[in-house]
Amino acid sequence: MHVSQYKSKTFALEIVAILLALLFLAPFYLVLSNSVKTLKEILLDAASFPQVFHFSNYSDVWKMIDFPQAFWNSFQITVLSVLLIVVFSSMAAYQIVRKPTKFNSFVFLLLISAMIIPFQSLMLQLVRVTSMLELRGELYGIVACYLGFGMPLSVFLFHGFIKTVPYELEEAARVDGTGPFGVFFRIVFPLLMPIIVTVVILNTLWIWNDYLLPVLIIGGNKDLTTLPVAVTKFFGQYTKKWDLALAGLVMAIVPVLLFFLSLQKYIVEGVTAGSVKG
Amino acid sequence: MKKALGIANESKLGTGINPPAVQAIRKKRGRRKGWGQQIVFLGPCLLFFLTIVVTPFILGFYYSSTDWNGLDLDKAVWTGSANWSRILHDDGFWNSLYFTLRFTVVSVIIANVLALILAFMLMASLKTKNVLRTVFFMPNVIGGILLGYIWQFIFTKGFATIGELTHIPFFKLPWLGTPSTGFWGLVIVFVWQTAGYMMIIYIASLAGIPKDLVEAAKIDGARPAQLFRSVYVPLIMPAITICLFLTISNAFKMFDLNLSLTKGGPGTSTQSLAYNIYAEALINNRYGLGTAKALLFFVAVSLITITQVLITKRKEVSA
Repeated sequence: MHVSQYKSKTFALEIVAILLALLFLAPFYLVLSNSVKTLKEILLDAASFPQVFHFSNYSDVWKMIDFPQAFWNSFQITVLSVLLIVVFSSMAAYQIVRKPTKFNSFVFLLLISAMIIPFQSLMLQLVRVTSMLELRGELYGIVACYLGFGMPLSVFLFHGFIKTVPYELEEAARVDGTGPFGVFFRIVFPLLMPIIVTVVILNTLWIWNDYLLPVLIIGGNKDLTTLPVAVTKFFGQYTKKWDLALAGLVMAIVPVLLFFLSLQKYIVEGVTAGSVKG
Repeated sequence: MKKALGIANESKLGTGINPPAVQAIRKKRGRRKGWGQQIVFLGPCLLFFLTIVVTPFILGFYYSSTDWNGLDLDKAVWTGSANWSRILHDDGFWNSLYFTLRFTVVSVIIANVLALILAFMLMASLKTKNVLRTVFFMPNVIGGILLGYIWQFIFTKGFATIGELTHIPFFKLPWLGTPSTGFWGLVIVFVWQTAGYMMIIYIASLAGIPKDLVEAAKIDGARPAQLFRSVYVPLIMPAITICLFLTISNAFKMFDLNLSLTKGGPGTSTQSLAYNIYAEALINNRYGLGTAKALLFFVAVSLITITQVLITKRKEVSA
């Protein structure tokens, strides 16, 4: 008796949860289904299932925003930035943990405190600094910006993790005659894999989706336009070409959604690891 | 005694001739090696951090007292406290601060309550547990700017159609067309985006609670409400601290969503603080004034988040 009561209660909960999930998914359905309709059909009835699949929206958008180019821009900016963030911030965190001099502790404190600074408090001066250094409109310029902004959280995450890596392993390698560089890349770095995954995921999602920094830093250079920035061109104040706009939205969302779905186990773990403070 | 001295002398000789000099060389070499490592390991990180974050931050103090228009800095004139007194009388700034505070309070509460409900639901042994976790988290992987556009379509076209079909007044509201519906529109999208993320953190925290503690409370006759207030909440307080921190700072700094969903409109009624700064500089070309506002913005964010962390940290207990 008790068991069946428990079961029906769980079943009811399951139904409620599924209904809520459908509610969460509804926006995706609306965007997806309308992205294959003609503009007339969208304006007449945005809720119905498409009568005919009108895929020319996609091929039109593909050409209009030069999708392969925009995708490649986003891709190389993200990959380069994330790669360098991982290498530089893990090295910095390692140095801070293993050589806790006054200076290094101060650097760590500085990095941590910088996490509170909102981007808007820096952006105007950043525009100035980057144009003085001739970083604006350049691939390495935007990557440099992502390195600067990505560093604090990443160093923080690595710092917490490296503290748990046993020192004896490094000592053994050092006795065998390995230099500090070798010790780090051959012994310590592979041990950091769990937190590297977290750092990669958190930074990838943020950099791939970022809008304001590319607008400010890449700005005039059309050859470097990222995917989210490219899609915004369908959302002018007066032109509401929803057929093209929605197809563009789907095309911008699909890559990051695929990234998420294929790595979701690690992403969930990464989010958890990234949020729990040391 | 003599023997002892002799051994001491011998061992001293054994370590090398002229020990102080050797020690000095060794120390020097060690220090140089230490410096090399310091520069190679910490250098790149410091270089980018100082250039991209610290320099602009410090420059902000200077620019906030000039009439810099964003183009020619050479012509920027030092204006002292002019920007600051201008902000005092800038209704747009204070209205957007008021809007941002209201938005933060409302959306942080709703997002965290919903996240907790979802987390408790998905702690039960549901068959679809894993799929549901994925679904609730999904909005979070999409950037704020795209989410705003998705919802712009849903509010203006999707809701209108559903309203015609079902005649439910909720869907027939002029979403994004009035200040109050625009406000709630932003809240809905923010909650939709954030709740799943916070849910993940709450689930991780709930999973760490020892089962015997909950059992013991149940045997003692704790009702669900008591169980929640006296057992669960104190034990997941670290997660509450971090979730509040993340949602408060995200809500207070909301920009992308604001830009793509309402553009601050109608009028400037849904203009967030971050958007106000952006508009001041890039639309009105008043970079100096924008920098001054940005500095105030930084102070406000720090005060609010630090206060919150201090308060909730004090409530944390260990199991």
